[in-house]
Amino acid sequence: MPAFESILTLVQNTCTHTPPVVDDSASPKAIVVAAEDLLAVAQQLFTSPETYFDMLSCVTGIDNGPPANTMEVAYNLYSIPFHTHLMLKVKVSREKPEVPSLSGLWKTANWQEREIFDMYGIHFTGHPDLRRILMPEDWEGHPLRKDYTHQGYYRDIKVAY
Amino acid sequence: MPTDHIQYKSHPDNLTRSVPYKFDAAQLRSEEMIVNLGPQHPSTHGVLRLEVLMEGEIVREVAPHIGYLHRCFEKHAENLPFNQVIPFVDRLDYVASMNSEHAYAMGVERMLGIEHQIPKRVEYVRVMVAELNRIASHFIAIGTYGMDIGAFTPFFWLMRDREHILRMLEWASGARLLYNYIWIGGLFYDLPIGFEERCQQFITYIRPKLAELDTVLLQNKIFVQRTANVGVLPLDLAINGGITGPMLRASGLRFDLRRVDGYSVYPELDFDVPIGEGKMGAVGDCWDRTSVRVQEIHESLKILEQCVTKLTGEHKRTRDFDPQALVPKKIRPKAQDLYVRAEIPKGELGFFFRADGRNDIALRCKCRSCSFVNLSILPEISKGILIADLIAIIGSIDVVMGEVDR
Repeated sequence: MPAFESILTLVQNTCTHTPPVVDDSASPKAIVVAAEDLLAVAQQLFTSPETYFDMLSCVTGIDNGPPANTMEVAYNLYSIPFHTHLMLKVKVSREKPEVPSLSGLWKTANWQEREIFDMYGIHFTGHPDLRRILMPEDWEGHPLRKDYTHQGYYRDIKVAY
Repeated sequence: MPTDHIQYKSHPDNLTRSVPYKFDAAQLRSEEMIVNLGPQHPSTHGVLRLEVLMEGEIVREVAPHIGYLHRCFEKHAENLPFNQVIPFVDRLDYVASMNSEHAYAMGVERMLGIEHQIPKRVEYVRVMVAELNRIASHFIAIGTYGMDIGAFTPFFWLMRDREHILRMLEWASGARLLYNYIWIGGLFYDLPIGFEERCQQFITYIRPKLAELDTVLLQNKIFVQRTANVGVLPLDLAINGGITGPMLRASGLRFDLRRVDGYSVYPELDFDVPIGEGKMGAVGDCWDRTSVRVQEIHESLKILEQCVTKLTGEHKRTRDFDPQALVPKKIRPKAQDLYVRAEIPKGELGFFFRADGRNDIALRCKCRSCSFVNLSILPEISKGILIADLIAIIGSIDVVMGEVDR
């Protein structure tokens, strides 16, 4: 079973843009990487025989609101053979949120990233089919953003009830 | 709102605007056509719409359209205190509410750091009601699946037997389907007097019925021919696609979070994790998925028996036992991100929490729903099959749209 420290070293060696930061308060322990490094780090964690994170459990979008002006994407990785958990986090700006898509590595990322795009408007570059998934195609705005206000009418139906 | 107030004005182009087609009708080659399956169709198990690109009877591609039952669970969870979210959690997977509640309560307890202080009796009661609900959920899955592909009788038999479980859970919690029974730090009430005995009666009642089910459905030649070698999900694709629950186990991996994570009192209980063995066809086909569910019912019965023994012996009810003793007055976890997962009948239900430490409302509460992820593999395993097999595959995935759309 790879220790967290060895995973961290692997991530540190892979990051070329910004050194990763450890978030100890998270459970499982989290590593915060830059969006530019994410794809390389994920690729490394997915393929490396020491880590072998073969399962992407959950992809979560988080909006920190206008004061912080950042959005986050958290990836919960799990390795079935080693029984290790890891949380990867990426922080992006709210104005032009762009994160590389991991759907090329884990197929499960496809729909989960579509959901985040739907709810937060985070663009996943390289995603094969980035459409809204839960809300209607012509819905305005991204409902889970902290400053979201819904439109008055959707096709002449009053939205507020 | 007054009922005479007309909200909706019809537009001539509404019908076309409301269908976001993925496939372009202008690009179709000869013999190809687009068929819409659902959203209102009994075999789609709720409001699931499938846009199917077909060539004659052969399915070329499938594009699922979901969201018809979106009830903004995550938005609600960001606006309500932790304990008030539990009724919303019930409504995610509305045929297995106890299991979802258990997962959610466990997550909040872990954030508060009281996970290991929960009294053993409370944990055994939780496991007991959750396993009862697991059996009820599998009954629905198997029954409706049989009905999808033409076996009507098992559906009625299983609904009849499921009613015994629902009445027991109603006796305990007061509600048939949406219980709000498992609270953060405890339970709503202790079990009613006589519940354990009735549970034992149910176990002795249901075992011969399951043998009947085996002969009438699983070994039935028509059922085998409709399901064996259909919708084969290879293990590598299953893991890569994040598939969990009976679907993953049917593909041949002995992976059950009750065993792997060993949460609650599951490490103290003796049960097996059944996997698909390809008895009737290939490993990971629709027959295997159904068979795994049936075997899991047997395992749940084993767990129930052990719970009854524990709850009438070692952890039997006492006069001074208060299941709400540990329920916190103020639920204010310290600032943290936490991911918790648990095995519900459909697979891995996960919750991602972010608490800020100043508030008893979550900053973020994401529900990683297993039906949603399991459904996302459908386009991959339904290329080049017959349309009748597509129905067989949807049923074997066992989606509950309440959980897919949240």
